[in-house]
Amino acid sequence: MGTAVASVGEWLTTTDHKRIGRLYLGAGAVGFLLAAVLAVLVGAERIATGGKLVDADALTQLFALERFGFTYLALAPLVLGAALAVVPLQLGARSLAFPRLAAAGFWLWLIGAVLAVYSIIGNGGPNGGNARFVELFILATMLVLAGLLAGAVCLTTSILTTRAPGMNMRRLPMFSWSVLVACLAALISLPVVAGDLLFTYVANRFQAAQNLLSGSQAIGEWAGFGFSQPTTLLFIIPVFGFFAETVATASGMRQPSRGVLFTGIGLIGLVSLATVVQSPITLRPAFLDLGLGDLLADLLPFGLVHGLPLLGALLAFALIVKPLSARPRNVRKQVMAPVAFGLLAALLALLAVAASAAAHIGDAALLGTTFEEGNWLAVGFAGVLAAMGAVTYWAPKWWGRSLSNATLPLALLAFLGAGLAALPLMVAGFADQPGAVFAAVGSDADAIVNFDYGGPASLWNTLSTIGLALATLSVLGFIVVAARSVATGQQVADDPWNGQTLEWVAESPAAADNFAVVHTVASAEPALDLRVSDRGAR
Amino acid sequence: MIELPAAPLPAPRRQVFVGTAVVCAAAISLLGGMLALYLRLRDQAIDTDGVWLPDGVSIPMVPANVMLIAMLPIGVFAQWAVYSAKRGDRVHTATALGLVALLAVAVINAQANIYVRMNVPAVGGTFNTMFYSLTGVVMALFIAGVVFTSVTAFRYLGGRTADREIVSAHALYWYFLSFALAMLWFVIYVTK
Repeated sequence: MGTAVASVGEWLTTTDHKRIGRLYLGAGAVGFLLAAVLAVLVGAERIATGGKLVDADALTQLFALERFGFTYLALAPLVLGAALAVVPLQLGARSLAFPRLAAAGFWLWLIGAVLAVYSIIGNGGPNGGNARFVELFILATMLVLAGLLAGAVCLTTSILTTRAPGMNMRRLPMFSWSVLVACLAALISLPVVAGDLLFTYVANRFQAAQNLLSGSQAIGEWAGFGFSQPTTLLFIIPVFGFFAETVATASGMRQPSRGVLFTGIGLIGLVSLATVVQSPITLRPAFLDLGLGDLLADLLPFGLVHGLPLLGALLAFALIVKPLSARPRNVRKQVMAPVAFGLLAALLALLAVAASAAAHIGDAALLGTTFEEGNWLAVGFAGVLAAMGAVTYWAPKWWGRSLSNATLPLALLAFLGAGLAALPLMVAGFADQPGAVFAAVGSDADAIVNFDYGGPASLWNTLSTIGLALATLSVLGFIVVAARSVATGQQVADDPWNGQTLEWVAESPAAADNFAVVHTVASAEPALDLRVSDRGAR
Repeated sequence: MIELPAAPLPAPRRQVFVGTAVVCAAAISLLGGMLALYLRLRDQAIDTDGVWLPDGVSIPMVPANVMLIAMLPIGVFAQWAVYSAKRGDRVHTATALGLVALLAVAVINAQANIYVRMNVPAVGGTFNTMFYSLTGVVMALFIAGVVFTSVTAFRYLGGRTADREIVSAHALYWYFLSFALAMLWFVIYVTK
C-alpha cells in the first residue's frame, strides 16, 4: 500500500521528461476517447431517421465539446506528450530544460481541460447559454493554452541548448527538428488565440450592449480560428519527423538530402502565419478573371500560408519515402508497425494540408461546409496515428517492453476508419452540407440541424459515422495493447530496432537522467556510426 | 548496451537566456495579435460610426509619455547590472537592479494614474474591453518583470555571483518590455 502511494506521489510530482510525456499521452488518450464518442454521437444524430437521438438544446454543447476535445484534449497533448518523452533522449541530454515548468504546464493543461469540459456541460462554452460557465470556459481554455505553451517553451529551449557535443543543428534528428518547427509555430500562433480569448473574457465579464466581443458566440467568431485549419495543422508537423525517423531505421540507410528535408518540414511551419492574420486567407471567387494586380494581391499571401506549406509537405513526404521506394526489400520486417503508423499518419497529414489549401479557394465555396470538418478530422487522426506509432516505436525507452505485433492491423484499421470519417464529410462539403467550427443550434447554424440529410448526404454521413466508430475502436484496441505491454510485454534490448539516433544508445527503459555519460556525436546518425565502426573493427 | 565515446561535460549554453528569449517571442505574438485586432475593430468602428473613443474620454498623454521615457533608463540600468555582474561588482549590480525595480514600479503607477484620469468604465463598449485587456496584459508583464528583477537580485546578492546568465536574461526581458510598451503607447495612446 505504502509503495503504491509512493509511486503515485512520484508520478504526481515528477520532473522526469519521460514521465511528463507519458502523463500527457495517457490524458490525451482519455481526451480522445471522450471526443471520439461525442463525434460518433454527432454523426449518429446526422443520420438518425424518425426522431432525434440528442435533445436539440444539448447539440450546441455536443458540437463544442467534440471540437474542443478533439483539438486540445487529444491531438495537442498526444503530440506534445510524445515529443516531451523522446526529444531530450534524441538530443543526448540528461534532462529537459526547465523540467518543473514542463510539469507545471501539464497540470495547468489538465486543470484547464477538466474545467473546460465541466463548463461546456454546464451550458457554457462557445454559443452556450449560461454566462458564468461561458466565462469559465474561456478561462479554462486559456489555462489549456498556457500549459501547452509551457511545454513548447521547454522543448524549444532544450533543442536549442542541450544538444550533445558535436550535434550541430544540421545533425539534429528529424523528429526533433519537426518538434522544433511545431513548437516555434505554436509559440507564434497560440498566444494570438489566447489574446483573442482574453478579449472575449473581459467583454463577457463586464458585459454591455454594443460590445462586439461579448456573448458566447464571440468565442467562435474571434477565436474560432484556433480550433480550425490552418492553425491545427501546426500540431501535425511532427508527423513528418516521426515518419522520417522510422523510415531511416527501417531502411538502415542514412537520410539523403537532409537539408532539403529540413526545409520541407520547415515550410509547413509557415501555417502559423495564417493564424497570426486571424482571418481566412483566400483566393476570391472568379479568381482567374482578375486583373494582374488583384491576382497577385490574392496569390502572394495565399501562396505563402497555404501554397508553401503544401509544397513543404509534398517535398518532405517524397524525400522520406525515397529510401523505401529505392530499396523496398531492404525494409526490415520488425520495424513494419512503426513505419506503417508513420506512413499512414503522413498520408493523412498530407491530405489535411492539401485540403486546408483547397478549402480557401473561393471558387470551390467550401468554407462554411462540412469540408472543413472532414479536413479537421484528417488533422486529428494524423496526430493520433502518429502518437500510436510513437508509442509502438519508443515504448522500449519508456517502459523497457515492446508492444505486440497486434499494432500493425490496428494501424490499418485506424487509417481505414480515419479515411472513412474524413473523406465523406469532404465530399458532403462539395455538396454544400453546412458546417461550422462551433455550430450554434437555433441561430445561424439552424441549417446544420435542419439540413436534409436524406439522399446522397445520408450515405456520406453514414460512412463518416462508421469510420469514426471504426477509428475509435481501433484506438481503444491500441490502448489495451499498450496497457498489456506495460504490464506483461516482452522485455527488449536497448536497441531493438537498430535505430540511428542517440536514444537507442541509452538503456531500456532509459534511466531518470537518461545517459550515464554524455556522448560526443560526429554525424546525424551516431548509433549507426557505432555499428559501422564495430563491423569495421571485426 | 552499446557505448559511444564519452565527452567532457558540455559547456552551459545559456539555457535561462534562451528560455527568456523564447518566452519574450511568445509574448510579442500575444501582444501583436491583440493590437492587430484592436486596430481592425477600431477601423471598423470609425468606418461605421465615425468614432472609436467613448464620449468624454480623453487620453492623458503626460503619464503615457513618461511611461515610455522611463523605459530608456530601465534599459540602461538593466545593462549596467550586466556590466557590473561581469566584473563581480556586487554593489553596482544591486544598485542597478534596484533602480530597474524602482522605475518599473513607477511605470505601473503611471498606468494606474491613466486609469484614474481616463475614468473609462469597465462595463462598456468594445474600446473599453480592449483598452483594459491590452493595458492589463502589459501591466501583468511589468509585474512579472518586477518579480524577475527581485529574483535576480536575491540570487545574485545571495552569493550566486557566478550565475551571470540570469542577469543577462533579466536585461533581455526588460528590452522586450520596452518594445512592448512602445507598441502599446503608439497604438493605444498615440493612434487612439
